[in-house]
Amino acid sequence: MTNVSMTVNGKSVSGEVEGRTLLVEFLREGLGLTGTHVGCDTSQCGACVVHVDGKAVKACTMFAAEAEGAEVKTIEGMAIADGSLGTIQQAFQDYHGLQCGFCTPGMVMSAAALLADNPRPSEAEVRSYLEGNLCRCTGYHNIVKAIMAASGQSVEPVAAE
Amino acid sequence: MPKDSGIGASTKRREDVRFLTGRGRYTDDINLRGQAYVHFLRSDVAHGTLKGVDTSAAEAMPGVIRIFTGADFEGVGGLPCGWQITDRQGNPMQEPPHPVLAQGKVRHVGDPIAAVVADSFEEARDAAEAIEVDIEELPAVVDMKAALADGAPKVHDDLSSNLCYDWGFVEDNRQAVDDAIKGAHHVTTLELVNQRLAPNAMEPRVAIGDYAGHNDESTLYTTSQNPHVIRLLMGAFVLGIPEHKLRVIAPDVGGGFGSKIFHYAEEAFCTFAAKQLKRPVKWTSTRTEAFMSDAQGRDHVTKVELALDAEGNFLAYRTDTLANMGAYLSTFSTSVPTWLHGTLAAGNYKTPLIYVNVKAVFTNTVPVDAYRGAGRPEATYQLERVIDKAAREMGIDPVELRRRNFITEFPYATPVAVEYDTGDYAATLDKALEIADWDSFDKRAEESAKKGLWRGRGINTYIEACGIAPSALVGQLGARAGLYESATVRVNATGGLVVMTGSHSHGQGHETAFPQVIAEMIGIDANMVEIVHGDTANTPMGMGTYGSRSIAVGGSAMVRATEKIIAKAKKIAAHLMEASDADIELKDGAFTVAGTDKSVAWGDVTLAAYVPHNYPLEDIEPGLEETAFYDPSNFTYPAGAYICEVEVDPETGKVTVDRFAAADDFGNVINPMIVEGQVHGGLAQGLGQALLENCVYDENGQLLSATYMDYAMPRADDLPSYRVDHSCQTPCTHNPLGVKGCGEAGAIGSPPAVVNAVVDALQRGGKDITHIDMPLSPGRVWAAMNV
Repeated sequence: MTNVSMTVNGKSVSGEVEGRTLLVEFLREGLGLTGTHVGCDTSQCGACVVHVDGKAVKACTMFAAEAEGAEVKTIEGMAIADGSLGTIQQAFQDYHGLQCGFCTPGMVMSAAALLADNPRPSEAEVRSYLEGNLCRCTGYHNIVKAIMAASGQSVEPVAAE
Repeated sequence: MPKDSGIGASTKRREDVRFLTGRGRYTDDINLRGQAYVHFLRSDVAHGTLKGVDTSAAEAMPGVIRIFTGADFEGVGGLPCGWQITDRQGNPMQEPPHPVLAQGKVRHVGDPIAAVVADSFEEARDAAEAIEVDIEELPAVVDMKAALADGAPKVHDDLSSNLCYDWGFVEDNRQAVDDAIKGAHHVTTLELVNQRLAPNAMEPRVAIGDYAGHNDESTLYTTSQNPHVIRLLMGAFVLGIPEHKLRVIAPDVGGGFGSKIFHYAEEAFCTFAAKQLKRPVKWTSTRTEAFMSDAQGRDHVTKVELALDAEGNFLAYRTDTLANMGAYLSTFSTSVPTWLHGTLAAGNYKTPLIYVNVKAVFTNTVPVDAYRGAGRPEATYQLERVIDKAAREMGIDPVELRRRNFITEFPYATPVAVEYDTGDYAATLDKALEIADWDSFDKRAEESAKKGLWRGRGINTYIEACGIAPSALVGQLGARAGLYESATVRVNATGGLVVMTGSHSHGQGHETAFPQVIAEMIGIDANMVEIVHGDTANTPMGMGTYGSRSIAVGGSAMVRATEKIIAKAKKIAAHLMEASDADIELKDGAFTVAGTDKSVAWGDVTLAAYVPHNYPLEDIEPGLEETAFYDPSNFTYPAGAYICEVEVDPETGKVTVDRFAAADDFGNVINPMIVEGQVHGGLAQGLGQALLENCVYDENGQLLSATYMDYAMPRADDLPSYRVDHSCQTPCTHNPLGVKGCGEAGAIGSPPAVVNAVVDALQRGGKDITHIDMPLSPGRVWAAMNV
């Protein structure tokens, strides 16, 4: 067991981990931050996406020990200071971009990373960027719409209903 | 103007806030004090005799508490099948035992052999590797035709063969159908495979067993669509625990699509082991385990024949299906290829003679059961593919051929035992043609051609039987359960309401949509209504959520309970205003006396019910809480028309869905935003089936598609944006809300449109190809064109 320290959602945290403990296990089991989910075992589904030093990372692809000293942000840290939903979160609610909610934390974290990188993506760019995030409920239609809306763009080009 | 509240309003979902902030409470988020962890050692061969399981080395490993094997479950019940099918001779189906842990034999890759319980998950997994299993591998049966051949290895040695049942429907029509096909002007024949799929709810299954010795009470936390069903099946048939000593909790559940209806071995194991060990026992499935242990879907091989007269009128329809059950009978597996499939063989058409034969087959594969649509996608695919082929063979426009045969008068009794109460198939067809911009196809085809691509279009209609189900009817058909739904409506003293429903929400938005109904009925703000679901301790016995039944059956139960509340509240209001109850009206949250200006507010009446100082105690009891159980008198019949346009790259065989239009008739709609979302999700699963997904076993029964590296889940860049419409509404005639259900339509209706479109594109490209089996991967399409 080794001790690992990092900053998660602005708070300094530390804990004992095994060498094989994944970052997502440390977040969920060690810190009780269960908003980050595990949907597969091959780093395909993206339910565990968090930000590590500002970059979107699948938290099942790195060991907790590798995050020593890092700034980690999870879905629990995405609301604005007064506790209300941030822009992307609000767009997901407004455009019904979630159903069962299981993939949602990863989707929101990926969307935030995309918009930080590319503030006005095209629909095709949104779909391409989300290639690493699986959703079984929404058919992606409303997730794409929510992200387009969160970027301040019209959702009209996303097929009219 | 769209409504901003009540029935018909696209109210934003209240449950979203917790999911968007990481505050959902899924089963894996629950950790009980002192919990142990279980890892299941699963068979890595598809078929074998279990000669010995040596756990001695593993038991000495760090953290191991106990290792269980099949021997620990001798005398414990097996997992029950909930539906008995009667075969063509009137005999019951062959029904083999399904032990919690394998006994004597292993029958599919993933069959659990031993369960290691340890202080940590890692210790359990490490110890499982030290278990020595002696299996004498046997030849596996994977292909259904081979499984039925004489001398085939038997999956279950005590059964006479691998045939579970040979079912005919309607058996009395068999000869007439044969004769009509023999004498017909034209017969179109098609053989097709509806491939096996993995449901893949994004949340893997989880079970936590807990036991309180002081009152001998067991609790199971599980990822279920129907906690009461699990309590009944596990308590009564597996572990022998009466309901009052067994609580089942299904908290936030991350999608189900059918796969979380069934009672699984891991649930029984965790409940059993927790009691044995006096410690909570937790199991969390990995995705690879999910591929090997969650019931899979579809897997039908079918020959269809459609007989037509010279004008294209459908005369008779016959299907012969082999349906894969896998190695054991999952909870509702037997009903899927029979009553959920054969009863939909008429589709939207007035075919007078229909015969459906289904042979259900045991193989050394993961059990198969209901997956979104369950039997109805198979029925739709068969019919809508053969109609398209017939249209091409006879030179009739595929839209016109369908229109010519539409059922137009309702109610309509089909030759396959169901009665459609209402519908307007021409309306949804016209709407689909409109939103797909059907008439401008040629222009788009020219644009595609400039890019070197072949554009094609496919159309189909669908009908489904939802709102499952009338209990008396399904009882006659072999169901071992009733299929009503329940609701308790509790009004609090200050006027707020809590609805305890037997329906279960795992993405459908009940917490938002159900209150919209009550808000409309009473005339109050929907935020005054809270929904409780998912816990057998605080909801009435209910059958849960599947078969697009929540609003049609569960919603109807809630309406009935609320009607009882309103009737009682009117009596109280009448007393308060010294009027006759017959004169009391409820509107906008206030009771008035007809023809007067007397009024009393909802909250004053509810307060009087609990503070009955001025109250007709001699006539009615205090309090305001009512329960209703609603048993539907018929299925509901959502229907619609779907159109797909594809571009096929003749160089590579790659198919791109350029546009997809879905016009659905769901009857009345409670929350249009949620309904559209349900359609989108269903379409994605249907398009996934048509183009991408496939469970693949090799000839030895090894599952080759057991991870997301191998099983092609639809991703955002595989799919188009959809054009959906639900403005054609013929309300259901027999439930109080006039609703039909919308959860499965997209998955049922979309695969044939895609395949029809691809065949159309290939034909337009000059290829004489009439069928390709799903999934239409580039490899399959290219091979069809070039090999």
